[in-house]
Parts: sequence; C-alpha cells; structure tokens
Amino acid sequence: MSPLQLCLLLSSLLFCVGLVGALARSNTILVLLGVELMLNAANINFIAFWRYGPNPAAGTGVLFVLFAIAVAAAEAAVGLALVIAVYRHQKNIRLQEANRLKG
Amino acid sequence: MNLALILISVLILGSAAVALALRNLIHSALLFVGCWAGIAAFYLWAGAEFVAFAQVLIYVGAVSMVVLFAVLLTRQSDAAEPMNPDSFSRFMRALVAGGGVAGILVGAILGTPMDVSTAGPAPTLTVKEIGGQLMGPHAAALLIVGLLLTVALLGAVVIAAVDRPEKSEDAS
Amino acid sequence: MNLSVQHLWVIPALPLLAAVIGALTPRRGRTLAAGAAIAAMVGAFVVSCLALHTALVDPAAKLVHNFAWFDLGSGVLRLGWLLDPLTAFMCVMVTFVGSLIFIFSLGYMKADANFKQFFCFLSLFAAAMLGLLVANSLLLLFICWELVGLASYLLIGFWFHKPSAAAAAKKAFITTRIGDLGLLLGLLWLYNSTGSLLFFDGGAGVLETAALGSLAGQITVGGLAVSTAIGLLIFCGAIGKSGQFPLHVWLPDAMEGPTPVSALIHAATMVAAGVFLIARVYPLMSADQALTEVPLHALTVVAFIGAITALMGACIAVAQNDIKRVLAFSTVSQLGYMMLALGVGSWVAAIFHLLTHAFFKALLFLGAGSVIHAAHHEQDIRRLGGLRGPMRVTFATFAIGMMALSGVPFLFSGVWSKEGILHAAHGWNISHLPLIAALIAVVLTAFYMTRLVAETFFGKARSHEADHAHENSAVMTVPLVILAVCAIALGFLGTPAFPWLQARLLGETEVHGHSLLEGGGLMMLSIVLVAVGLGGGWAIYGRKPRVAENSRDPLVTAAPGLMAALSARLGFDELYAATFGRLGNGLAALAHFLDQWVWGGAVGMLARFGEFIGIVNREADENGLNGGFDIVSERIRGSGRVYSRAQTGDAHGYLRWVAMGFVIIMLVVVLGGAR
Repeated sequence: MSPLQLCLLLSSLLFCVGLVGALARSNTILVLLGVELMLNAANINFIAFWRYGPNPAAGTGVLFVLFAIAVAAAEAAVGLALVIAVYRHQKNIRLQEANRLKG
Repeated sequence: MNLALILISVLILGSAAVALALRNLIHSALLFVGCWAGIAAFYLWAGAEFVAFAQVLIYVGAVSMVVLFAVLLTRQSDAAEPMNPDSFSRFMRALVAGGGVAGILVGAILGTPMDVSTAGPAPTLTVKEIGGQLMGPHAAALLIVGLLLTVALLGAVVIAAVDRPEKSEDAS
Repeated sequence: MNLSVQHLWVIPALPLLAAVIGALTPRRGRTLAAGAAIAAMVGAFVVSCLALHTALVDPAAKLVHNFAWFDLGSGVLRLGWLLDPLTAFMCVMVTFVGSLIFIFSLGYMKADANFKQFFCFLSLFAAAMLGLLVANSLLLLFICWELVGLASYLLIGFWFHKPSAAAAAKKAFITTRIGDLGLLLGLLWLYNSTGSLLFFDGGAGVLETAALGSLAGQITVGGLAVSTAIGLLIFCGAIGKSGQFPLHVWLPDAMEGPTPVSALIHAATMVAAGVFLIARVYPLMSADQALTEVPLHALTVVAFIGAITALMGACIAVAQNDIKRVLAFSTVSQLGYMMLALGVGSWVAAIFHLLTHAFFKALLFLGAGSVIHAAHHEQDIRRLGGLRGPMRVTFATFAIGMMALSGVPFLFSGVWSKEGILHAAHGWNISHLPLIAALIAVVLTAFYMTRLVAETFFGKARSHEADHAHENSAVMTVPLVILAVCAIALGFLGTPAFPWLQARLLGETEVHGHSLLEGGGLMMLSIVLVAVGLGGGWAIYGRKPRVAENSRDPLVTAAPGLMAALSARLGFDELYAATFGRLGNGLAALAHFLDQWVWGGAVGMLARFGEFIGIVNREADENGLNGGFDIVSERIRGSGRVYSRAQTGDAHGYLRWVAMGFVIIMLVVVLGGAR
C-alpha cells in the first residue's frame, strides 16, 4: 500500500472517530472536540496531497492548512465561549437540552 | 518509513477514540493533547515542519488550554453526581452513521488507483518561502484571517462575559 | 569503565523517567512512586560517578556531543551535552545529596496525603537541575533553568492550602522571573552577536577564543564591552536564582515548603544553579578583564554584589527566631561568599565552597527537619530547647554541620573552602572592601550558628512539644550521619596543602600544594574571628540559657532598634511592596481611568450617534415602508411554519442527517457512475 493511501486512510478514520464522538456524546465540549478532530482530519488530507501531489514546491496545501488552523482556533474560542454561555443559562452543557430555538 | 506512519496513526486514532469514550472530561482533554501532538508528529513526518510547529503552538498550546478552562468552568458543583449516561440507542445510531461514512471513504480510497506509489524525496519548503507566499499571493487571505481572529476574540469575550445585573445609566 | 559523552543524557533522563512514573501512578501507589524516585536518583549517582571517572582521565578536555535539534529555514538549532570536571563534580554532588534527601523524605513526608506527588515533583526538580548541569548550550541550560523554577514553585507551594505557602511559591516564582528576563535578554543578545549558543563547538562555541575576542572587542552603550553587557545580563539570572541582593527576598519565604524541599533548594540544586551558571560562562564573564579603558568589568559587579549579600545575610540571620529562617539567611550569606569568590577571579574556590556547602547545608536543613518533625512542626527556637538529651544523633550531626558552616578550623570542610575564598579576596587588587565584608560575615556566621545550637539543643524544653520530642527513625537519622561524615571528609579534597579538587577543576593533572604557612596570617586572623564569634555566641546564649519562651533576647535588650530592623529583614519586603507594588497598582489605576473616561467616552459618543441614526431609521420605517413588507413577511412566516417542523432542536440529529446525506449522495454517484 502506498504511503499516500495510508495517509488518506488515517485521515478518513480520524474523521469518522470524530464524527462518531460528535454524534454519540451529549457533552457539548466533547461534541466540539469531535468537530475539531474532523477539521484535523481534513488538514491531514491537505498535507498528504501536498506531499505526494504533482507540484509540492508551490506549497498550496501547507498554506491552506495554516489558514484552516487559524480558522479552527477562532472556531474553538467562539465555540467554547458559547459553551460557557449555555452553561450559565441552563446549568449544564448537555447538547440535547439546548433546544429553545426549535421550531 | 511506513512503520513510523503506522505508529503515528495508531497513536492518533487510539488517543482520539479513548478520549471521546472517557467519562472524565479532564482525562479526555489531556488525551486530546496527545492526539494533537500525534498529528503534529505526522506533519513532521510528512516534511511540513512549519505546520507542525503551528499545530503544536495552536492546538497543543492554546486550544487545549481553552478546552481545559471550559471544562473547569462548566464542571457541575457536585462532582460525584454521575453524568447522564449517553443513551445506547443514540450511540448505535451514531455508529451506523459513522460506519457508513467510513465505509464509503475507505472503499473509495482503496478502490482508486494512485499512481504515486513511489514516494519522491520530501519536498522542502522553507519558512522564508512560506512567508513569501503569505505576504505575496495570499496577502488578502492573511488579512482576512487576521480580521476573523480579531472578531472571533471579541465575539468570544462578548458571549462569555457576565451580564451586569444592574443597568448602568451612563452611555455605553 | 567509562561513560561516553553521547550517553550523558542518561543522568537527567533517569529522574525524569521517575517523575513520569510518579505522575502516572494512582494516588495509592506510594511505594512505586517513592521507589522509582529513589532508584532513579541512585542510578543517576552511579552514572555520574562513571562520568566523573571519564572526566578525570583528562581533566583539561571538554568532551562535547552536539546534535541538531531542528531546522529553522536555513539555520539549524543545535543543542549538546558537555562533560568536564565541573559538570561531573556537580552531578555527583547533586545526585548524592539528592538521594539522601529523597530517603529522608520517606520518613518526613510519611503522613502526608500527597506523598506520591511530592516524589514526582522532587524527581522533576532533580531532572531539571541535572539537565542544567550537562547542557552544552545556553538555550538548553535556560530551558532546564526554567524547569527548575517551575518545580520549585510546585514544591514551595506544596502545602498550598496554607495561604502563606501559596504566597511564598508565587513570590519565589515571580522574583526569580525578574532575573530570568535578564538571562533571556543576554541569551538573545549573545545569539544575535555570535550566531550560536553552544558553549564549546570545536572553536565555534561562544566560550571559545574566537567568539570571546569579537565580543570583548565591540563597544556598546555606556562604553561597556559587549561581553560585559551580556555577562551582566546573564548575572541577573544568577542573582534571581541564587538569592543575591537585591532579589534575595524570595529565599527566606521559600521555607514555607516541606523541609526536605528547603534542603534540596538551598543545598544541592536551585541556588547552586546561579553559581554554576556564572562558573560555566566564566570565560565570557572574564573576557573584558584585559581591557583597560572600559568603565566597568562584569566581575567587579559580581564581587560587590556577593560581598553585600554575604554581609547582609549574616546580619539578618542574627535576629531571626525561626530555625529554618536562620538557615535560609545563612544560605543567602554563603551564596554571597561564592559570588564574591567568582567576582574576585577564583571560580575554583567558589565551586569548592559550593560543593562543601551543599553537604553541610543539606545536613543542617535535614537536621532542622528532624527537629521539626520530632517537635510536631514547632519551628520557633524560642519554643524549643533542651533537645540535646532526647535527640542525640540529630544533635551530634547538627553540631558537626554547624561547625563546618562556622569554619571551625582543620577538621571540618567549611574552613578549607572559606579559607580559599578569603585568600582569593585578599589577592584582589581592585578593592579590599569585599574582604572586610567577608571577614565580618565570618564572625557573624559563627555567632548566629552558636546561638541557633544553644537555643535549640541546650537549656530546658520551653514548650510542650519540645518536652515530648524523641529521636526519629533510622530512615531519617542515617542520611544525617552520612552527610555528617561527608561534611568532615570532603574538606580534605581541597586543603591548601593538597588542592586536588581545585587542580582537577582547572584541568591540571599535577597537584601543586603549598605549605599552610603561606598566607598563614590571613588564616590565623580568620581562626581568631571564628573563635570570637563562637565565644560571643556561647557567652550570650549558651552560658545562661533562655528560661522561658517569652524571656527577652539579651541582644534585643542591648540594641532594640537595630535588632528590630534586622528581624524585619531590613524591610526589603516592605520596600518592594511600597515601590514596585505601588507602581503596579498606580499603572493599573491609570489604565482603569483611561478605560473608563477616555476610551469609554469615545465609545459612548459613537453609541449616541448610532442611537440617533436608529431613531431616524425607525421613523422612516414605520411611516413609509411598512405596508408592503407586511404581506411579504406573512408569506415568509407561513413557509417558516412548514419548514420549522424539521427543526427538532436536536443538534445530533442535524449532524446525523448530514452524515447520512453524504453517504446517500456518494452511493448515488458511485452506483450511478458504475452503471
């Protein structure tokens, strides 16, 4: 099996671990962390295709990952601030109970 | 070469899976640190040193701290109270959805012929080149990311800030 | 059997491994954590002995092993290990004293609930210190230096439920950080000037002739040579870590930690780090000595700071009543001696004193720990007394430590090392003030140590706790006995007649001794001074022991003002609170003012403007545009009601739909493509 395939397998399995975690856990922090893992899996994909792609010298994959990391950091900050705000309102952080906006 | 990759993968996947399965949030936050460090190791393995350092600084350093703070700030006052066990049916549905996605992805990867079986030498991309790219062709994106981070910071502060109980009269 | 320098990392790695094991064991695993820590320390001691053996084969050689840490663009950041007699002697001392302190802690911390964490932190401390010793790079040294600071924070604040301990830990951390800033700046400047941080690198290191020549040749602000400026910045770090004036304030407060920690910090590791640092970068510190036209030599500053510290620490120690604080200020004073020796050009004398001091000060602190443990955590010497009878081993070993520290001649190690320092100060041709300060401190040292022993062990027990004290178990007394033997024997490694240690440190294989009569005048003078101090102490405190806990100290009766000032530690804490503390508060108040009135006002104006626009907008809206929009919005509301049934409020459900949707689309694409 070529290294590229291994990298892609790693990234897709990591993506699915994050997905299952985000779907199965009720704690909002863990759901957020699951989403972070999915983002990381995407970054691994970028790096893998940069490394084994046709034109690694351009460095597009690396730059994309850097931007993705910056955006993910912003996402984590806002997401965890939201968690704290939710906790202040309903005294717990179970995601399924944060449903006051439902139709 | 592949052995190192497999070891790193086992570290990443193992710590991620255990972290998401644990009951104790502090433990899972610490395991996430390990997972992110493993991802940084993967970047190093792939030859993207700068990305690896960014990953260490931002995830292992900053995000993990924010997560720990969030965990500590939202801890139930009575630690002995068992958390509502996550329902079994939801876990099964999650497993079905995740398994479906995994099956599709793995099938697609294994079914696609990849013509890069011979790995070339690791491409070198110095920090100087990355800096040139960031300040040259991608300068606009860099500025937007900077703006985004500022707005996210302000937004996080506003969302998490405590509302003052008394309404002050002065203009603000 | 020799130790190759590539494998020098084993010495710090063993305690680090023990710290990791300690961190991973559950709270119940007391035996495992303590056993791992002690085994690692003893193992490190064995490896250090091998390293010493290797280093002594050719004492002049600097064995180095450098390796690349990581690439940074075009540059490469390199770290390395260094093995020379200085490193080897220090490693042996740290691991030996450390092992004994670890064993002593088994008894001392027996009843503590956080026993396991204690050994984990101790191992981390030892690992950081040993890493600092074997580093061949100022960067690696700095990393370990900061780790030492972190571990000391954890250990001083070990009993963090006591507010005083938490405050002391914070104070130690912040105070040393002030010095570390200087060290960091010096490090950056050095890297900027030379492009390397390796000490020795086959001619390209910063402590080798080429780099030193260029550094001493350049002139910077105030006419200083660049090497002087960098040396002074690095010395700032040593001032902080080694408790030198004016950053000594953290060291007495560090007594809030458990007593084995005090022994470890004040004897073997943390405070030794500053002296070791200056000795390590000694070529850099002394690079400006040949220059004549510069206004200041780095070593002159070191000598005067050391002299001030030695005298001040000894003065304050006279007026303290806490057994551990007396020892703490005596440490401050002895560190002043070492800095003085470095400053007057005899780094070998400084290291010799560092080594002997490590043994007898560890002995004194562990002896104090033994007393405190026996007397149920009573540390006030006014409430102790009469312990000579019930605690014979502790008394005998403590007395040996006290005589070594006072410099009682010929038998004890302290006299030889102190003699070397006095001799070096005598030979300094810039000023004789340091020598005078050191001689006064000799009298005071003998005096306050006599007072300490007389108050603690003689007379009658002056409190219930002291009355019921009895000797501790062997796990605590055996380390005391071993240290006492070392406190005597170690002196004979470096007597003036046969200065074996000094010769090896200087890289010579021949030992050139000289007669004791050479420079005998100074030696006689210092012996007389020691006798004066011992006699004075005995006359005031020993002959007529204190009767009751609250009877007045004879010295307080004689000079109340002076003693009050000394017992308030000359008011340094108050001074810093009144100046730097106030400054910080003032800046905070200024920032608050700016925030509330200047920026707040501007934001308020903007808000008013926004409000005005809003009013205009609403008027136009209500009166002009509403009618048409009402119909449209009613339709939208209707469709919203339909779609909102899908909005179950279950975020997991949404995410699951996304995943299932992806699967379905992919299946359609794949199956559709295959057809």
